[in-house]
Amino acid sequence: MSTVDLNSTTVETTRSTKSRYRPHQSGLNVISRPWDFAFMLLIGIFSLFILIPMALVVIVSFSSELSITKVGFSFTPTEWTLDGYKYLFRVGDQLLNSYLVTIFHSIVGTLMAMAVMTLYSYVLAQRRFRFRLFYTWILFFTMLFGGGLVPTYILNTRYLGIGDSIWIFLLPGLVSAYNVIILRTFINSTIPDTLFEAARIDGAGHWRIFFSVVLPLFKAGIATIGLFQIVGRWNNWFTGMLYIQKPHLIPLQTMLMKIQQTIDFLKQNSELANTPDGLRLLRELPNQNLRMATTVIVILPIIFAYPFFQRYFVTGLTVGSVKG
Amino acid sequence: MAKTQTELRLKRRPLFPKEDLALHVMAAPGLIYLIIWAYLPMLGLIMAFQNYNARDGIFGSPLCGLANFRFLFASNDAAIITRNTVVYNLVFIFVNMLLAVGLSLMLTELRSRSYAKVTQTIFMLPYFLSWAVVAIVVNAFLHRSDGLVNHFIARMTGRSRPTDWYTVKSIWPPLLVAVNAWKSVGYSAVLYLAVISGISDEYYEAAVLDGASRWQQAKYITIPHLRFIISISIIMAMGNIFRGDFGLFYNVPMNSGRLYEVTDVIDTYIYRSLRVLNNVGMSTAAGLFQSAVGFFTLLLVNQIVRRIDPESSMF
Repeated sequence: MSTVDLNSTTVETTRSTKSRYRPHQSGLNVISRPWDFAFMLLIGIFSLFILIPMALVVIVSFSSELSITKVGFSFTPTEWTLDGYKYLFRVGDQLLNSYLVTIFHSIVGTLMAMAVMTLYSYVLAQRRFRFRLFYTWILFFTMLFGGGLVPTYILNTRYLGIGDSIWIFLLPGLVSAYNVIILRTFINSTIPDTLFEAARIDGAGHWRIFFSVVLPLFKAGIATIGLFQIVGRWNNWFTGMLYIQKPHLIPLQTMLMKIQQTIDFLKQNSELANTPDGLRLLRELPNQNLRMATTVIVILPIIFAYPFFQRYFVTGLTVGSVKG
Repeated sequence: MAKTQTELRLKRRPLFPKEDLALHVMAAPGLIYLIIWAYLPMLGLIMAFQNYNARDGIFGSPLCGLANFRFLFASNDAAIITRNTVVYNLVFIFVNMLLAVGLSLMLTELRSRSYAKVTQTIFMLPYFLSWAVVAIVVNAFLHRSDGLVNHFIARMTGRSRPTDWYTVKSIWPPLLVAVNAWKSVGYSAVLYLAVISGISDEYYEAAVLDGASRWQQAKYITIPHLRFIISISIIMAMGNIFRGDFGLFYNVPMNSGRLYEVTDVIDTYIYRSLRVLNNVGMSTAAGLFQSAVGFFTLLLVNQIVRRIDPESSMF
């Protein structure tokens, strides 16, 4: 009975996200005009508080170096230019490299993590499984206690030898206990136990049930967690900072941090540095707008992609907060 | 009675029935992962009691008792980083919760649906930016020679000597609170809004029949419905109160040494002891201290919540 209840809650959450603010349409009372205006104003102010700093970065990326020396980073530069972007594409070997590293580990890492985590969550969702509690607790305990940074670092670099390699992005961090528990809640709340039973009676094994019953019914859950994984990996600068020395393995966000410290990082790893002409060009490179242009290029994919997936990020977490 | 029957049935079933084999295989990759990357590092905590050196490794380095802890707590550092971590987190929890709940209540009441939709999309944006990016955004304002703030001050006062904000301690506590709110409040607000829109209309319809105003509805229907998600968020946050947000405290102040007194948290301290001082023993000790107090806070918070409201507790 309780599964059915949970089930209907989920459906309702999804539906109501599409038709939000029903109260006003169904003829319920609304707040007065002045209050509505005040709320719009406050919400607008908070939106500007978010947008203005980002707008500044974009504007600086189009400001000429001359303007920056004269009036600093400004919303109204004295001179506009595309130089930052032009140079970025000329010396962008490192940028391209980092882009590839990040894309690779975002996609492959997410696929690997989703495979391991969905399988594990399927096991946790089997209420009749005798070892369910064992597997639940061995996972759940990692949310309460952990070895921390240093033992993990020593393990990865000294004993596993995956320190300065692509594996450091893929293997550690493969399973997030929190995500697995959300996935388990997803399965339990969208797929009634009776469906498992029915499949079992029809002679389907667990693999069969997993692939032909659970996965198709479970797309929304996988999409939500998968998107969080991709964003988390795209934004990961820590792994690169802690473990990676080889320039060709530096991910995008770590590169961004490095050029924040020194724009030379881009220049040193450019092929242009091999010729005298190229070297002169590199020395004359604009610094600040190039830095901001790089930032814009790094956040561009996120800004463009996320409005399309926005609803997954919301529904996913509301379902995830249902107590397991 | 029902329970004893279940127990009997369980007893009669073998421990490893053939049909369960598939389940063990499915769990195996996750289990292997957990053993290697979650449980082996816990054993590695032994380094907190060792005089670790790279030549001998974990198995050969000599034990040194509590020397690492004594060294850690003898300095003033332990007190400062613990204070910073806990106080910042408490302020974050309070400020973010207040702003997020307030904004979500306002979003619900808006008459214009399209306005609410557009602002929601904007609200969530910073949540998807990395701390590396946020640090650059902040730097655009605080940069010493080119930053917006210094140029603005120069224009207003005619003062030509720019301030290096990355050495001025007093601005950082409020600034870090603001930056943290900038990044996460909008997202929480949208999340609460999703919970609000999941509340059944019947409550509001009944309230309207009883003559309740929108304010009364918010007070007696909407806010009580948010109680569960708010308490879950607070539990999670309280359980992590000894865990500083590394990205915020490391990237945004640009790891500026002059600011450590107000920006250093346990996590940044551990990282620095490892990478800069290369003191494996002491940084492990700091990590163990963090994990242990974190563990007990989590249990304590959960117990308290269970007393007050059993439905909202985590386990």
